[in-house]
Order: sequence, then C-alpha cells, then structure tokens
Amino acid sequence: MSESAGLLDDLLAGKHRALARVITKIENRDPGYRELVSGLYEHTGNAEVIGITGSPGAGKSTLVDKLAEHYREQGETVGVVAIDPSSPYTGGAVLGDRIRMASNVGDMDVFFRSMSARGNLGGLSTATADAVKAMDAFGKDKVIIETVGAGQNEIDIVGAADTVTVLVPPGAGDNVQMLKAGILEIADIFVVNKADMDGADRTVQELTEMVHLGQGSTTVDAGHHGFDEVEMDLDMPTDTDPWKPPIVETVATDGEGVVDLVETFTEHRTFLEASGELTRRRRQRVAEEIRTLLRDDAAGLVEDELDDQGGVGTFVDGVMAGDTDPYTIADDVMGPIRDCIEDQ
Amino acid sequence: MSTDQSQRSIRCLVAKVGLDGHDRGAHVIARAFRDAGFEVIYSGLHKAPDEIVQAAVQEDVNVLGISILSGAHNTLVPKIVEGLKEYDAFDDTLILVGGVIPDDDKAELKELGVAEVFGPGTPMEETVEYVRENAPER
Repeated sequence: MSESAGLLDDLLAGKHRALARVITKIENRDPGYRELVSGLYEHTGNAEVIGITGSPGAGKSTLVDKLAEHYREQGETVGVVAIDPSSPYTGGAVLGDRIRMASNVGDMDVFFRSMSARGNLGGLSTATADAVKAMDAFGKDKVIIETVGAGQNEIDIVGAADTVTVLVPPGAGDNVQMLKAGILEIADIFVVNKADMDGADRTVQELTEMVHLGQGSTTVDAGHHGFDEVEMDLDMPTDTDPWKPPIVETVATDGEGVVDLVETFTEHRTFLEASGELTRRRRQRVAEEIRTLLRDDAAGLVEDELDDQGGVGTFVDGVMAGDTDPYTIADDVMGPIRDCIEDQ
Repeated sequence: MSTDQSQRSIRCLVAKVGLDGHDRGAHVIARAFRDAGFEVIYSGLHKAPDEIVQAAVQEDVNVLGISILSGAHNTLVPKIVEGLKEYDAFDDTLILVGGVIPDDDKAELKELGVAEVFGPGTPMEETVEYVRENAPER
C-alpha cells in the first residue's frame, strides 16, 4: 500500500504529523497498521524506554514533565505515551495527563501522546508497545510510558519498558499494601514522590523493608512479565549481582530529586547491559509479541469459523434449550480448523 | 475478536487560549464529548496558540474546539490556523470555536477555516451531533 509506505517515509524523515498519524493508525487498528509496524521494526531498538506507573494522584505526569525537561536540557529528544482509562459505558475518555506537561510547551521535540483503553485492555498493551516503536523509529532518544498502575493490564503495558518505575505517594499505608499484590515484582526503581510531605520517611522505610523481604523469596525477575518456565530456562548466566530496586525520593512539582532519578535510570541501564538482562528482556518481549499476534490471528479465524457455522447466537440457543453445551460446541467449531492443521 | 476490526474513536482537543480564565464552558463541553463516546484532551487554561498547535498535531485530533470568551479571537485563531498549516494538520482537522463571538467576526473566522462557531445557549446535542457528522476520517 502506497499510503503506508509514504507515511513510513515521512515518519522516518522526522515529520511530526506522520508520527502522529502512524500512532492513530496503530490505535485504530486500521487496515494496514500491521504493515506499518512491521516496516518500523528495523528502525527500532535505539531508544531507552522507561515505564512509569503508580496510583492516581501519585504525581506521575508531573514527574514525567520534569524528566522530559531534564532530558531536553541534555539535548536529548523525548517521546511520551500517556495512558488513561476510558469509560466502560460510552468508550469516551478525558485524557488529562497532557495538562501537566507545563515545562515543555511549544517544544516539538517532546512528543506527547495520550492514549485511552478504548474498552479493550488486552489490546492496549500491544498498541502501547507499537506506539513506542513508532517513537523509537522516529528517533526519540528517550521514550516514557506513563500509566495508572492498578492491575495486570498496567503491568503488561509497562512491560514494554526496559526500566519500570513505580511511584508511591507518602503516608499511604494502603498503597504499600496494594503494591505487595504484584506491582512490587515489576518495579526496577521505586520513587517516593511528594517527599516533602509528612509520612514520606515512613513510606521509604516500609518500601526498604519490603525490598529486602522480596530479595529473599524471589529474584527480581521472577515472573517479570508472566512468562512460562521454558522461557525462563533460556536465561543467560548473569555474572553480576541481581538488581535490588533502589528507592528514590522526589518532589516532582519543583523538580527535586529528578537528577538523582535520572542517575538511577542510568545505573539500571548499565546493569541491564552488563548482565545481559536487556537482551533477555527484549527476547522475552519479542516472544510475547509473536504469541500475542498469533493468538489474535487465531481468535480471528475462530470468529470467522463461528460466523460460517451460523453465528454464536444459534449455538447459545442450543445450549439454552438444553440440546448441547459450550464444551461440545467448542469442539465442533474447532473441528475444521484442527483438521486443516493436522492435514499439513 | 479479530484484529481486523478497527477501533476508531473521535478525538477532540478542547482548548483554552490566551488570557481568558472562563473555563466552565470548556469543562461542560469536554464532559459532554466524553459522554458522547469521544476521547477528549483538555488543554488547561491560558495556553498560547503554539501550545494548542503542538497538542493538536501530536494528538492527531479529528476535532479542535477552541473556547474563547475574551474577545481576542481575531488575534488568536489565525495564529492557531497558521501553526496547523505549518505542520500539515490544517486540512484534516475540524476547527470549531465556542464562546462569545460577534456576528460580524463569525464570517471572518469561517473565512479563515473555522468550520462552525457555537455561541452561548447552543444545545449540547447540537454540538455533539455536528462533530459526529463532520469529524474528518482518519
């Protein structure tokens, strides 16, 4: 398709509008978006990808703004993908993260893009990862993914990042409790933002204890992105000590601690490269990407087959009438597909 | 669920430009757009035309709604239009203006490329419907 090719050329030539449009196509899952992303692939791998997650109001957007400002002062270009929830009822959304980007207004070399879940959380992690690729191919030095951290989907989303940062507001015992449930394992770095507030010391202390406890029972990477054990066995031997998530204190509103945080990012980067962890994570990511695409494709085939056989409604009627059951139906519908594969 | 299914959504930037602190209208519109199923990006108050252009280009919005109650529309809107042209974003962005705009100025704004001007008292449904019908395809 010539439109895709033209768009890709424009993006690689550094046209902002083309980058914006490519991300739209990725979000919309327009016909041809796959061709685009596949064309992007060979130009990716140069950006440092940082994920930032945390509870609402933790200060993520403000911190992202200050980070972007810092990187710009170093002469580096920045891309930001900010994800907000959408209404499950109307699909509508107010994407408010952009408001906090006050330090980089009018600077086109900070490319900020808001994305919403569009009622399809499963696909969002793929769309996010693809948007990151677009920014990477465009030539951004740093790409930041920002998302509200609440559950598995957010964990999948930040899974597209090389370094995952979890923001914790101070004085929030409950938040720390929440962290135990899963976000703890994904954090490469903890940030206690609003460190000038009461209770910040205590939160730092609680996190420190938790990190120590965590070290005993599991390694930092165990189940990092939910991969199966076979994948884990492919681990390259690491000759460095395992990474212990550091805890950085920041006051994002006035930029305090941002330099420390950037230094910590660099340390983590060095660790990733020296230990072979970066390659391992990227391999895992590619493996997961292949699996996701195949799952989606297979699901599409199944859906087509379902339509060919009369649509899901007819089968539901059968079950409701007591003539059959979902398991038998699944077997029947899969039959022709299974036959096809076994014939080969 | 096939990945062939595209998932389009109308994206709108609701923008406040210049020295104008009256944002109730912008908030109400942002809310109504959200409830209509659109994705809304709100600019926040006191933005410069450059910032609005940057946001409209990067977010690739179908619709740019500019709310102005300060009377400075004849200065601010042309700057935004210029900026959009500079980034090849003018042709496929629906530009709307809301607020207090004298009739004489409406024609001039439309001449510039503003698709429609919605004054005080416009029913919300009318604006939403207009966006649904006229938002450019992506």
